[in-house]
Amino acid sequence: MKKILFIEDEADLQKSMGDVLEGQGYEVISALDGEVGLRLAKTRRPDIILLDLILPKKDGFEVFEELKKDSATRDIPVIVLTNLEKMEDVEKALELGARTYLVKANYTLEEVVSKIKKALEQ
Amino acid sequence: MGLVIIGAMGASYFIANTKTSDPTIISLIVIAVTGMLLIISFVITNSFERIADASRMKTEFISIVSHQLRAPLTNLRFSLDLLTSDKNKEDVSEYYSILKENTTRMGDLIDNLLTVSRIETGKFPLRKETISLEVITKRLIHKFQPFIKASNVEVVLKEEKGLPNTVGDSLWIEQVIENLLDNAIKYTPGGGKIEIKIEKKRGKLYFSIQDSGVGIPKREQKFIFSKFFRSKNALKKQTHGSGLGLHIVKKVLELSGGKIWFKSKENKGTTFFFFLPIKNHQA
Repeated sequence: MKKILFIEDEADLQKSMGDVLEGQGYEVISALDGEVGLRLAKTRRPDIILLDLILPKKDGFEVFEELKKDSATRDIPVIVLTNLEKMEDVEKALELGARTYLVKANYTLEEVVSKIKKALEQ
Repeated sequence: MGLVIIGAMGASYFIANTKTSDPTIISLIVIAVTGMLLIISFVITNSFERIADASRMKTEFISIVSHQLRAPLTNLRFSLDLLTSDKNKEDVSEYYSILKENTTRMGDLIDNLLTVSRIETGKFPLRKETISLEVITKRLIHKFQPFIKASNVEVVLKEEKGLPNTVGDSLWIEQVIENLLDNAIKYTPGGGKIEIKIEKKRGKLYFSIQDSGVGIPKREQKFIFSKFFRSKNALKKQTHGSGLGLHIVKKVLELSGGKIWFKSKENKGTTFFFFLPIKNHQA
């Protein structure tokens, strides 16, 4: 069963995305802040990471940079899932190696899940 | 600006030279002209920096507010997607709760924005009621018990005996104390302590709330009551804020005849102070 680490501080979003992804046969690991997210990435070795950018304790970019520095987590694909859409944030995420950058408010739940599944198949 | 000053120094030297041959007087004239130009350039540069700061903060505010509105909007949208799909009907009541909470959340944010707007346009009437800060504070500490326990912090209230009442709008003064208490709990790590003091001093009622939390970086302190501002340390602790709270708090206290200030050291903690007039000292 493929593992998805979802680093997102909105509990309601954890609930809706988690329910749909688990319903489709994935194991969803939840982290509500950047520090827990980083720890779980290292200990649970997910197949993909969904990463919000505005997070408590450590923000998404700090988490991303640390993931890239660690050989254990460097190659885990990351999808940035955020409501920030400034060009500089998009560019920074892509420079760090984000597989894709999704602005949550612009997609339906089905569209987001479809993009996650596509990234997992690659 | 530097070139202008150098040019002006040279010009004033030559002009002074045509008027007098006394080197002392020439030096004084050049120094006076240079001094005036330096002051003018400082004022102009400062003004531009303030305008740029204000513009940056407005952009930052719009960015923060957009993000804060989009967050509950996304929750609403995804929950509705699930409810209207033919899958997963088990947690229907939970999703309806999500819809309710997030519409309330959006409503609260919009209320805050409208409050700021009313304050700015002077259409913000405050009632004059007899208020006990002690009663309000105890009530809020009780209300916040689940949050206090979950955050593993200690909240201690030290109040003098026989404290006098103040006069103000009880709803808004309660919101002031609630905002300060909420921030103190959020920004104090587990195991920390928050101490609230209420005392009568110099004919006024003084309230202080001291936490042992993340503190406010020195370079950010001058912006803390600005309506478009959120401290980077605040964002590290809690992301669901608009940056309007402390601005509203300050305005409410000032309109109530009081004043708010703070002292803070990064990683040591912050103490917010405010005073309000005592009831029997009202005109």
